[in-house]
This record gives sequence, C-alpha cells and structure tokens, in this order.
Amino acid sequence: MPAAESYPDDLRYHPEHDWARVEGGEATLGITWFAQDALGELVHYEPPEVGSAVTKDQPCGEVESVKAVSDVVAPLSGEVLEINQKAVEEPEVVNEDPYGHGWLIRIRVSDPSEVESLLDAETYRAHVADQ
Amino acid sequence: MEATSLQRTPLYARHVALGARMVPFAGYEMPVQYAGVIEEHRAVRTDCGAFDVSHMGEIHVDGPAAQDYLQGMLSNDLDKISDGEAQYTLLTNEGGGIIDDLIVYRLAHGQYLLVVNASNRQPVYDWLKEREARGTEVRDASDQYGLVAVQGPRSIERLGLSDRPAFTHELGKIDGIEVMISCTGYTGEAGVELCSADEDTEALWDAVLARGATPCGLGARDTLRLEVCYPLHGNDITPETDAISAGLGWACALDTEFTGVETLRRIKEVGPTRKLVPFVMQEKAVPRQGMRIEGGGEVTSGTHSPMLDRGIGMGYLPAASAAAETELEIDVRGKPRHARVVSKPIYRKEQ
Repeated sequence: MPAAESYPDDLRYHPEHDWARVEGGEATLGITWFAQDALGELVHYEPPEVGSAVTKDQPCGEVESVKAVSDVVAPLSGEVLEINQKAVEEPEVVNEDPYGHGWLIRIRVSDPSEVESLLDAETYRAHVADQ
Repeated sequence: MEATSLQRTPLYARHVALGARMVPFAGYEMPVQYAGVIEEHRAVRTDCGAFDVSHMGEIHVDGPAAQDYLQGMLSNDLDKISDGEAQYTLLTNEGGGIIDDLIVYRLAHGQYLLVVNASNRQPVYDWLKEREARGTEVRDASDQYGLVAVQGPRSIERLGLSDRPAFTHELGKIDGIEVMISCTGYTGEAGVELCSADEDTEALWDAVLARGATPCGLGARDTLRLEVCYPLHGNDITPETDAISAGLGWACALDTEFTGVETLRRIKEVGPTRKLVPFVMQEKAVPRQGMRIEGGGEVTSGTHSPMLDRGIGMGYLPAASAAAETELEIDVRGKPRHARVVSKPIYRKEQ
C-alpha cells in the first residue's frame, strides 16, 4: 500500500523533492512522499556506485515508474557509503515507506555547512503546497 | 492556460471524483491512472477493468457506394465482413504508410462505422472527406457517442452478457442503457467495447463499475497493449511506416485495390529492410520510446511489464537481425542494456 502523505520534522529537504537525515558526519538520503506520488509505483531504481562521489544539486541515481523516469538529486555532497539493496530489488518499498525502508543511499557528508541550505519540514511543506 | 484548450469526455467529472490523475492526451484531459497502473493492469488480466475511450473518433460512412469506396481506402478486405461484424484495418497513404489503424463496423448494407484513434480523428476525416465518392457520405459523429471498454476474463460474466465471437457487434442493453456491444478491445483479454449515446455515458460507466469493473486509465491501457504487441499509432506505426515492415501484412488484402497497395506489394515481394519486433530486457532497465538499439534500430514503445516484472518494448530493427532470440543492446540514457527479441505476444496467459 502507498504511504500516506507526510514530511517528518526530523528531516531536511531539497526543493527537488529529496530528503536527508543527517546523523553525525553521515546522512541517509531518499525521495519525498511528494516525489514518489508524482511518479507513481516505482519499478526501477538505478543507484550510484558505492565509493563514488555525489554532489549537491546533481543527479545521484534514477527512479523510474511505469510511465516516467526521474533523476534523484543529491541534497548534500559526499561519498556513497551504502546503497539500499531492498530499494534496488523491490523499488515499491520507496512508495510504501519513503522515509524508512525506502531510503536510497547513505553518504559521508563532505561539507557539513551545506546542511544549512536545506529546507526544514515546514518550509518544504509550503514548497510542496505551491507545486 | 493549456488546460483550457483541452476537451473533456462525458466522464470527466467521474474521473475527477474517483481521484484519477488527469493528463493531456490527444487533445483531451484523460485519466492516466486511478489507484495505480500496476493494480489496474492486474485487474484486467485477472478479472475486469473499465476504460473511458470516449476520446476515440467515430466516423460514419454511408451510402450505396460506401462499400466500394471504403474497399478502395482501407487495407483489409471489407467484403469479408457481413452485417454485425467488424474488422481491424488500416487507412493507408500512397506510399503505403499508415494514416491510422482502426476498426470498421458493418452496421448494415451501405452503413459503416469507423472507430479511429483520438489523435487521428481529424486527419482520417479529412482524408476520407476529400476522397468522398459519389454515393457516399462521410460524417464525423465523435461528439455524439461515449465509448467504454470493459476488458478482462470476467467481463462478459460481470456484464451479464453471453459469449459472442470476437469482432462481432450488436445492439443491446446494459442495465437498461442502450449500447452497441462489440467484442473488440486493445488489451489481449476477452471483453467488449460499449458505445452509447453521449448523454448516457455517465449512467453506462456507473453501471459498469457497479458490476465490479475496476476503473483503469491510459497507463494500464498502454502496458496491456504492449504486453500483447498491439501497435500504437504515433509510436510504432505512422504515416511514414508501412504495414509490411510493421508486421501488419495480415491486415492487408494485397489482392484488393486500395491506396498504396502497389508499394506494399513491392515491399512484400522483395522483403522489408526493417521489421517491427518485440523484445524483453535481460537486465533491470525500462526501455523508452526513442532509445537507440545497437546496430541501427530504435525503440518505438517501451515500458515495464507488470506481468513479467521486466522492461519490454517494440522497435524497428534491420530485417537481417530481427529474428526471435536475437540479442540486442539498447542505449538506456548512455548505458548499454541487454535485451532479446521474442516472438509475439510478449505476454501469453498460461493455459
């Protein structure tokens, strides 16, 4: 079942509909409820490689539904530590639980100051309401 | 601004009330999905789904000369159908290219109904009207009818109908609503297409859903037709592609005289230089229209098959390398992905 719309307060958001959960020098990244809803049921996730560098505002993988493909935009810069194999094998988990089991990658954050430029949940909710 | 120029079918309010995601398609605001493409697709493969196809065009061709006139316009042999029968056929241009693929219904002697693709309604009408013969009248009646496709193995039972042969039609009633019931469709499943008066379309739709059909959008319509390799005009077949290369030679009676037949006879005789073939991805990737196929081909339709849980598609390949089992490499946004040519259909129900 698709998840209900939500934008948790403990996450930071990129206007291109990606989220980051920052914990120490690492961050877990994913796409927001809004992004997965706009795409529909995901059928394919093309992740970046472990060890590769991702750059804030640049594509770091692709998510694909029956009808469309979309870049995942990195909300932060860093090095890919881990990719979520479950999202690769069963991409529908991203629809079911976009902020939990449907996370996409974990990175080592290379520039912690970038976190300040991300939106908080309240600002992102307002951004989504404008779409 | 763009939305204001789009037309709406008689079921627009129903779609919105059902929570459909509406998209522009062929000049109409149409539902692409309600609950989700995959769920709707499975409903049609296992039970029964309903599609609003009221955007399609309906063109009447009547008159004492209508049969001879249409025989000269359409690729299939119109003499083979009688009253109450229908036929898949092509409207071809001088080069043998496909102006549209359509279904012609013989309503009575000298009375034919052509159901054409929404995006080709005007070009088909214009083409036929310009060539209208003495003793025929070509009339666009698209705005007078609603059309609901009910597809899936339980469709007939759910509608309370009895089994009829494919490509037949008759007048009947669904819960008191007068309809033309035709045993046709675009999903590879048993089912019917119900043509009603425009003003009865909402009542018809409500009756069909009340009988347990799942509302289905254009998204599922596309995945369903591609799994069974039905071509989509504008993607797989166009005025620039010919029927022989597209594998539609079976819908061309080359012993009859129609526009472009000489070209088609010649292509048939020497063999087409390229062929439209179905393929299945051999690794995780979804092919899309316009992607390049290594060795000189191009994807014309591509999607994710809900039944196979793999990427599938169709594309034109050089005839020499178009045989089933041929290994392909498709350029998926810069990454070479392996696919294999298969025989039609891509998806076949286990017997």
